Amino acid sequence: MPRSVLPPELPASAAPLRPSQLFMLFTQTSLLGFGGVLPWAYRFLVERRKVLSKLEFAELLAFAQIMPGPTICNLAVIVGHRNAGLIGGLMSLAGMVTAPLVIVITLGIAYRHYGNLAAVQQALSGMSAVAAGLVASMSLKMARDLPRQWKNALFAGLLFAGVGLMRWPLLAVIGVLMPVALIAFGRKAE
Amino acid sequence: MDSQESIAGTLFLHFAMLSMMAIGGGVISLAPDMQRFVVDAHHWLSNENFVAAFTIAQVSPGPNFLFATLVGLQAAGWLGALAATVAIVIPPAILTVVVLRASTRRSGNRYGRMLKAALAPLSVGMILATAWSLARVADSSWGAAVLTAATVVILLTRKINPLWLIAAGALIGMTGWI
Repeated sequence: MPRSVLPPELPASAAPLRPSQLFMLFTQTSLLGFGGVLPWAYRFLVERRKVLSKLEFAELLAFAQIMPGPTICNLAVIVGHRNAGLIGGLMSLAGMVTAPLVIVITLGIAYRHYGNLAAVQQALSGMSAVAAGLVASMSLKMARDLPRQWKNALFAGLLFAGVGLMRWPLLAVIGVLMPVALIAFGRKAE
Repeated sequence: MDSQESIAGTLFLHFAMLSMMAIGGGVISLAPDMQRFVVDAHHWLSNENFVAAFTIAQVSPGPNFLFATLVGLQAAGWLGALAATVAIVIPPAILTVVVLRASTRRSGNRYGRMLKAALAPLSVGMILATAWSLARVADSSWGAAVLTAATVVILLTRKINPLWLIAAGALIGMTGWI
């Protein structure tokens, strides 16, 4: 029996949100998200606003992750599209991006003007060291969650070596590793 | 010297291509290649400016990809910021809508699962490379390296909002220990 990747329709109980509501919803979601929006999106969309059920969130998120690009923006497009079609997707995306964009550019301009001050440089260097640790811990947690197979270790290691250590272009490294990985992981799925 | 228009155009093409490669690991996994492209290959900004852009985006609310906007801003002003943002966001959004409209009635589960299994280790490798390329620049002193290591240990062993750690990093930085 054919099963769709996504639950295509909204649950009958929920009235679809209008594009303007979607814009506001995702503006709020994005502004909550310090240091990454995703964990906040779950709390906000599922627990507080009840726009999605737990299961729907998991399914839509999995789809948003398979799609290239910023996962959270893809999620906004998917939720918007389910509620109000093309315009809904567009307005959700605009909500997710616009306000944070204004804030980050303001900070960027401030950095241009005050980035030379010793205190700012010192604070930034401390924050950057922490930010590097943040990303490192994220990658270690992701590695911990992978099934313990030699294939996983091999492909993660090769990509890290190529892009991180050798500093080769990502497109070239992915272009080589991706097809090999698909073959290696595809065989088992048969 | 390149004009801002031509820098913005080059940025747009490269970032758009990169964004379509950001699968599973999110856009921060693109940082090493962006760094290679804008710092090493084109010298539009310094390593320190690149890492500062990353850090500033981390402490401001919103999606993580906004560091690319700041990289664009520093490389080519307003036009660069716009080019970088549109390049990261729009092509994947278009693809998502196209797939959504095409796939509602088709079975995609098995291929989806296979794709995910193949992508998972690659995205781990990408994020690991991001951590490495950030640490290479940020950890220019022993103190900074210790701070990075301490962050990793704390985040792996307890549940704490990372913003507190970043605030602590700012304070420790201002004392001049690193």
